[in-house]
Amino acid sequence: MNYEKSNMMIKVKSVNKWYGKIQVLNDCSLNVSKGEVIVVCGPSGSGKSSLIKTINGLEPVNSGEIIVSGISVTDKSTNLDQMRSKIGMVFQNFELFPHMNVTENIKLGQTKVLRRTNEEAEQKAQALLERVDLTEHAHKYPSQLSGGQQQRVAIARGLAMEPMAMLFDEPTSALDPEMINEVLDVMVKLAKEGMTMMVVTHEMGFARKVADRVVFMDYGKIIEDAPSQDFFGSPRSDRAQEFLSKVLNH
Amino acid sequence: MNYNWDWGILFRDPYLGWMIGALGWTIVISILAWIIAFSLGSLLGIFRTSSKKSLRLIATCYVELFRNIPLLVQIFLWYFVFPEFLTDEWSRWVKRDMPYPALTTAVVAIGLYTASRVCEQVRSGIKAVGEDQRQAGRAIGMTEVQVYRFVLLPNAYRIILPPLTSEFLTIFKNSSLALTIGVIELTAMTRQIEEYTFQGFEAFTAATIIYSLVTFTVMALMQQIDKRTALPGSFSKGAS
Repeated sequence: MNYEKSNMMIKVKSVNKWYGKIQVLNDCSLNVSKGEVIVVCGPSGSGKSSLIKTINGLEPVNSGEIIVSGISVTDKSTNLDQMRSKIGMVFQNFELFPHMNVTENIKLGQTKVLRRTNEEAEQKAQALLERVDLTEHAHKYPSQLSGGQQQRVAIARGLAMEPMAMLFDEPTSALDPEMINEVLDVMVKLAKEGMTMMVVTHEMGFARKVADRVVFMDYGKIIEDAPSQDFFGSPRSDRAQEFLSKVLNH
Repeated sequence: MNYNWDWGILFRDPYLGWMIGALGWTIVISILAWIIAFSLGSLLGIFRTSSKKSLRLIATCYVELFRNIPLLVQIFLWYFVFPEFLTDEWSRWVKRDMPYPALTTAVVAIGLYTASRVCEQVRSGIKAVGEDQRQAGRAIGMTEVQVYRFVLLPNAYRIILPPLTSEFLTIFKNSSLALTIGVIELTAMTRQIEEYTFQGFEAFTAATIIYSLVTFTVMALMQQIDKRTALPGSFSKGAS
């Protein structure tokens, strides 16, 4: 596939990562262009979460290069804090700050990192809460919300920074089944608005609906990287086929 | 047993005044030592969980050094040995010219010792808040210092409030060791009253009650703080 260079959002080049003697990422390379939605799937322990966390530098790599919007994440001289403020991230277990209410959670990064005034941050928070349909919960604490609601707040918290890309690390795998859709709906909406997204998930329905490409990983390796129609039509690797037959059975 | 009970002695001049004054010193030692222990201990606890190896090393060495030497030995070291390593001028200042030499030494010794214990509690609190919270803070672009200030510490202190309360009560009781270098705090004064009046039972009973009253007050206060700072949905039972 041909991507224009200026259009490149995330570029992962031959990344290797070890935890002690265990290699969790093995020569991974991947490109995500602006506005693209990439779904990363694969069996547990395949390195999906490690891969996505290397992209905003939460996890260091041992070798290889990662470039986000022209700035190297792996270069030691890069200001990673500044870099991260421009990349939203959503975690498996929401990770809202438990001592702050919903609005304060969304305001924290805006006021402390982007130095917005309290009023600006408040307005932004309200607008985002409306967008994720949680206006009436603005003053509740995370522990008073359901998992699905918490995850939507977490998405709003990420969006408050007006990121150029969003990373999702298994955003629905800690949720009860009936709450998965409310979160996926927000993500679908986001994808349709043109947000660049990299999503680690087992939700193949979501992948089919909005993903431009599906990346399949196993044992720290990217085994398949294909447009989603091709991936669901005829994945080339046996391993991916086997995986799909397991997750698509029902 | 042939003992002449005389509870009235406790309320007679000058003994009542002595006890109250001595309680004052005990409280002064405890509070000043706690200020050192809490601030230094918190800083070391942060160091101990920092991403910087050098900071972790400093804090680890501190904890291993101060936690593993008996407090009484530390008080003696600061009072009798440490000044000998200073220049004559400083040595004289520490031994004689600084305000309340014995009291100050006791405060510093107890404070530094307890800081090593507070450090470990702050560390365990930060660990309990978890690596994922740290990552969530970093992910929105906060610096490491900001993550500690706005995310890790506010939650860690809530978690460790009960053990920190115990630590303060321990400092309060450990303050009695100051008598070994001549500070007339509550325990020392109790002994002095016994020596003056031979009414040891009354004096030590009074000391016991006074110590207990203060600790109960602190516990009640901390329970209130625990309730006030508890987060909705958490089942804080208070410090006890």
